[in-house]
Amino acid sequence: MRPFEYARPDTEAEALEMLNDHGGNTAVLAGGTDLISLMKRELVTPDRVVDLKNVPSLSEIREEDGGVRIGSLVTLDEMQKHPLLNNYQSLRHVIDGIRAIQIQHMGTLGGDLCHLPNCWYFRSGYGLLAIERGVSLVEAGDNRYHAIFGNQGAAKFVSASRFAPGLVAWGARVEVIGPNPQQSESIPLEHFYITPKLSNQGVTVLKPGQLISHIWLPVARQQQSATYEVLQMEGLDWPLAAAASCVEIEGGVVQSAKIVMGHVAPTPIVATAAATILLGNALTVDAANLAADIAVSQATPLSNNGYKVQLARTAVKRSLLKAIGHPEGGI
Amino acid sequence: MLDRKDKNRSGPSFNRRNFLKGSGAAVAATALATSQELAAAQNNNISKITSAEPTTITLNVNGKDYDVTVEPRVTLLEVLRDDLNFTGCKEVDDRGADGADTVLVDGKATLAGSRLAIECVGKTINTVESLRNGDQVDPVVSGFVKHDAMQCGFCTPGFVMATRAFLNEHPKASLEEIRHGLGGNICRCGTYAGITACAMELAQKGGA
Repeated sequence: MRPFEYARPDTEAEALEMLNDHGGNTAVLAGGTDLISLMKRELVTPDRVVDLKNVPSLSEIREEDGGVRIGSLVTLDEMQKHPLLNNYQSLRHVIDGIRAIQIQHMGTLGGDLCHLPNCWYFRSGYGLLAIERGVSLVEAGDNRYHAIFGNQGAAKFVSASRFAPGLVAWGARVEVIGPNPQQSESIPLEHFYITPKLSNQGVTVLKPGQLISHIWLPVARQQQSATYEVLQMEGLDWPLAAAASCVEIEGGVVQSAKIVMGHVAPTPIVATAAATILLGNALTVDAANLAADIAVSQATPLSNNGYKVQLARTAVKRSLLKAIGHPEGGI
Repeated sequence: MLDRKDKNRSGPSFNRRNFLKGSGAAVAATALATSQELAAAQNNNISKITSAEPTTITLNVNGKDYDVTVEPRVTLLEVLRDDLNFTGCKEVDDRGADGADTVLVDGKATLAGSRLAIECVGKTINTVESLRNGDQVDPVVSGFVKHDAMQCGFCTPGFVMATRAFLNEHPKASLEEIRHGLGGNICRCGTYAGITACAMELAQKGGA
């Protein structure tokens, strides 16, 4: 790690002030499970690290506007136990899949949403786009864990967030504060992620000096939700593909549905057409299969990752069935 | 590690390691340079912005306060092992993928290599060394022995601490819950069967 200053604000306003020094070459420290490793590899080299763990307003979970407002510094084990999140099963499924007590204690919701891609070219110092002498290292090299959607541009990594699919399926919004202490905007999480076209662009809309303060979940009426992650290992691992579904069923037919795939593209992918064909019909195994086929029909796999199309397909099908408690939804 | 050697760990006028040797004591509270630093340390307080230079901080490890002079970039694992000689916690993979560096911070299992030492000011840190009290060892430690839950032993302290933390929170855990909870610890020798047997036995007794 390169040397850096360490700042420990007590309030959100103080945090933003501290983030804006050094021309904005600062980093937000939450649980540290990603940032510390990025700084060890010198992939992130801030002049100052702003540790948010002592800002009480960022660690609350409370009811708001009928929904739930979760501070970005809330840890996974706090989310797992919190009664206000009982109706948001798809989030619980993600925490169950993070099979390490250490990461559940350290990891935060905001940290997960801002986790940088695990692309091995990026993590080895070749940048998010991994282009060397005009050649895409991902395209020419080992791309078994890379994108099968949205990979026609320069970016071919997959979005690392494990909560984003479930949260986007629920219609969650994020509160972005900064750069000035008075500035705050609420944006749908669906619009939070971007696919960088240039090497100096990031993976989210966050600008220097900004941070996510809270995540807001809409009221849970009758919706049922689930996340299905395809994990290779029993222990701590990243999903090869994932899907989250949030469906509302009334009178035996689907009234509303949202399906979001994760770890298949540089951003979470909303499978709009797949969700639409479910509307007005019973959610049967056949219907889930059909939706899954449609969800992956536009996939453009790279040379080594064609297998991920089937994994994403299965994840969509099982997330739908898991949401309604059907045995074919798996565990 | 890319640059461990050039890390400036102690101030120029004070060599902590020699001090510890000379004093024969682990507690270095008297080594504080100024009364101002002493006041800050006693309040377990650090200023809101700490420069990138070495700073004296107080860490509470296994029930005792220790003063160390480190840069903000120094991890808790480095301080525990290299400054305070608590060598139970191990570094295997510096990206936090193995769990061998597990310690308890305020009772919660934490990867010491993925946490800055300065983040832990004011917190209670427990390493595997705290599980021994004279001739008495924690039931997790004796359980590891009983179930032959180690081979080379390198991952063992981290596994023991993760097991301790897990059972504290889930005293009646099922086998599946144990396997999930301890999934962040890796043993290259493959002693998982012994470890889960140890955890299961303790869970059946209510997590003692």
